Amino acid sequence: MTGRLAFDVSHLLAGGLVLISFMLLYQNRLYSLLNVFALQAIVLALSVAWQAFVQGAPHLYITAAIALIFKATIIPVALHRIIVRLGIHREVDTVVGIGPTMLAGIALVALSMVVMLRVTSEADSLAREDLAFALSVVLLGLLMMVTRGNAVSQVIGFMSLENGLILAATGAKGMPLVVEISVAFSVLIAFIVIGIFLFRIRERFDTVDLEALDRLRDDRYRGGRL
Amino acid sequence: MNAITVSGVTFLLVIPVMAAAVLAVLPGYRLSAGLNIAAAFLTLLAALSLFVWKPAPGPYILVDDLNIVFVVLNCFVGFTTSVFSASYIAHELETGRLTVVHLRFYHAMYQVLLFAMNLALVANNIGLMWVAIEMATLTTVIMVGIYRTEAAIEAAWKYFILGSVGIALALFGTILVYMAARPVVGEGQDGMVWTVLIQHVSAFDPALLDLAFVFLLLGYGTKVGLAPLHAWLPDAHAEGPTPISAVLSGLLLNVALYAVLRFKLLLAANPGAIAPGPLMAAMGLTSLIFAGFMLYRRHDIKRMFAYSSIEHMGIIVFAFGMGGPLANFAGLLHMTMHSLTKSAIFFTVGHIAQVKGTQTIADIRGLTVTHPMLGWSLVAGVIAISGLPPFGIFMSEFLVVSSTFARVPLLAIPLVAGLLVGFAALMLRLQGLAFGEPKGSSAPVQASYLPMAAHLGLVLTAGLYLPPPLVTWFQHVASLLG
Repeated sequence: MTGRLAFDVSHLLAGGLVLISFMLLYQNRLYSLLNVFALQAIVLALSVAWQAFVQGAPHLYITAAIALIFKATIIPVALHRIIVRLGIHREVDTVVGIGPTMLAGIALVALSMVVMLRVTSEADSLAREDLAFALSVVLLGLLMMVTRGNAVSQVIGFMSLENGLILAATGAKGMPLVVEISVAFSVLIAFIVIGIFLFRIRERFDTVDLEALDRLRDDRYRGGRL
Repeated sequence: MNAITVSGVTFLLVIPVMAAAVLAVLPGYRLSAGLNIAAAFLTLLAALSLFVWKPAPGPYILVDDLNIVFVVLNCFVGFTTSVFSASYIAHELETGRLTVVHLRFYHAMYQVLLFAMNLALVANNIGLMWVAIEMATLTTVIMVGIYRTEAAIEAAWKYFILGSVGIALALFGTILVYMAARPVVGEGQDGMVWTVLIQHVSAFDPALLDLAFVFLLLGYGTKVGLAPLHAWLPDAHAEGPTPISAVLSGLLLNVALYAVLRFKLLLAANPGAIAPGPLMAAMGLTSLIFAGFMLYRRHDIKRMFAYSSIEHMGIIVFAFGMGGPLANFAGLLHMTMHSLTKSAIFFTVGHIAQVKGTQTIADIRGLTVTHPMLGWSLVAGVIAISGLPPFGIFMSEFLVVSSTFARVPLLAIPLVAGLLVGFAALMLRLQGLAFGEPKGSSAPVQASYLPMAAHLGLVLTAGLYLPPPLVTWFQHVASLLG
C-alpha cells in the first residue's frame, strides 16, 4: 500500500463528509434529511474502516461497525417511526433561510481551514487536513442545530456534529479510548431518542390517538419546537 | 497493574455502582431512600480514607492533593443531599408528583450520578474524564425531566442540547490535546494520561494547545454555567426535583470547573502557549455581572438561586483566572463555601416550595412567621450566599477582592460592582420572602433540618475560624494551581 493512495482515499472520504454536511443544510423534508444523514453515517463508517486498515488498528473496526449499524440503520429507522407517529414528516422549521445558512456554512468551512492549517503547521499533512475537515463537519453540525427549530432536525444536527468528532478521533493516529468514546456517544444518542420522544408520547398522551397528536403539534407550534 | 489494586478509590467508585444496581430493582421507597443514604455515607468514608491512604497514580486513576478536595466535597454534599432527598421524596409521593416506579429510577440515577462525578474527579486519563462528565450530564438530563411536565421536558431538552454541544466541543479539545502530545510522548495511551502530559507539556506545540484550550474552555465552560453559555442552567435548576438542583449547583458545576483547571495547569506549564488566566477571568467577570443583573427580574425562587449559582461560579472562575497563591486560595475556599451554602439554600427552598405548593416568589411571603425554622434558615442561607459576615463566603469574597486590588486594581471595580448588584437583588427578594404579611399555606412541614443546619454550621464556622490544617492544605493546593 503506497502512502499516496492511503492519503487520497482518506481525504476523499473526509471531504465527502463535509459535502454531505452541506447537503444536510438544504434538506427541507424530514424524510430526505434522515436519508442524507444515513448516507453520512455510511461514509463515516467507510472512512473509519479505512483508517483502521491504514493504521493497522483493528479496534477501529468496532467504531466503524457502530457507525454502520447504529447510526446508519437503527437511528434513522427509529426516527422515521417517530416522525410517522408524530405526523410531522413535512416540516423542517428553519429559523434562518436556506441561502444565508449555506453562506454561513461556507464561511465556517473557510474558518476551520484557516484555523486548523495555521495551527497544525508542524503536524503531518494527513492529520492536519483530516482535522480541518473534522472541524468543518463539527461547525456545520452546530450551524444546523442553531438554524433548525424542531427536535428531530436538531438531533440530526447533533449526530452529524458527532460524526465530525469521530472523524477527528480516528484521524488522530493511535488515539486511545476511541471505541469507548464512540460507544459513550451512541448511548447518549440512544437515550435521547428513546427517552425524550417515546416518554413524551406514552406518558403525557396516554393513547396515541389523532387528537392527542394534534394537541402535541399545537404545542409544538406554540413552543416553537417539539 | 495499579488500576486493579484495591484502595479507597475502588470503594469510591464501586459502592455507587453497586448501590445503583440494587436500588434499580428494590421496591419500597423507604428502604431505598435509606439505602441511598447508607451508600452515600459509605462513599463519603471511602473519600475520607484517601487522606491517609492515597493510591499511586495509574494510567486511569490519579489521586493528588488537588482532587481530594473536590472528591471529599463531592461525597459530603452527595451524602447530605441524600438525607434531604429522603424527606423531600416522601412528600412528592404523597402529592403524587412522582410514582414508586419513578422513585426506583430516581434513586438508581442518583447513585450513577455520584459515580460519574467521582470518576471524573479521579480520572487521570483525559478521555476517561470526558466520558465520565458525559455520563453525569446524561443522568442529570434524565433527572431534570423526571416530572414530565411540559416545562420539565422543555428544560431537559434545552439542557441536553446545550450540554451535549458543550461536551462535544470539549471532546474536540481533548482530541487536539492528544494531537499536540503525540509527537512528544508517542502514540497510544500515554498521550492522554494527565500525569504524563504535565511532565512533557513544555515541549508540545503551543499553537495546537491554545486552540485545544479554547475548545475545552467553551465546552466544559458550558457545563460550569459561564455566561454566555449558561442558558440551560436556570431551567434545569427550576424544573427538576430540588435535590437535583442542589447537586447540580453544589457539585456538577464544580466537576466541570475541575476539568477546566486541569487543562489550565497544562497550558500554564507550556512557555509558548497563551496564558489561560485572562480568558478565564474575562468569562468569570462577564458571568458575575450578567447574573447579578439577571437576579432582579426573577419570579421563580429556584430560578433565582440558579442565577446566583452562575454569579458565584463566575467569581470562582475569575479567582482561578487571576491565579497566584492568594487568588487560588480564595477560589478554592469560595468554591467549597458556595457548594455548602447553595445546597443548604436549595434544601430549604425545596421544603418551602413543597409546603407553599408554588415556586413563584410573589406567592411566598412572611416565611419567618408561618414556618420559623424554614424562614430563618432561608434568611441565614441568603445572608451567607450574598457575602455578609460572619459567614465563610464573606471571607472568600474579601480575599478575591483584595487580591484583585493588589494585582489589577482596575478589574476590582467591575468585580465589586457585580458583587454589590447581586447582593442588593438577593436582599430585596429576601425581605419579601421571609418577612411581612404571611401569604400562602401555613400547614406544618415535615422537613429534615439536619442537612441544612450542618451545611450552614460549617459555613459559619469557616467564617469565624478556619482550622490551621485546612488553611495549610488549601495553601498547598493553591500553590499547585500556579
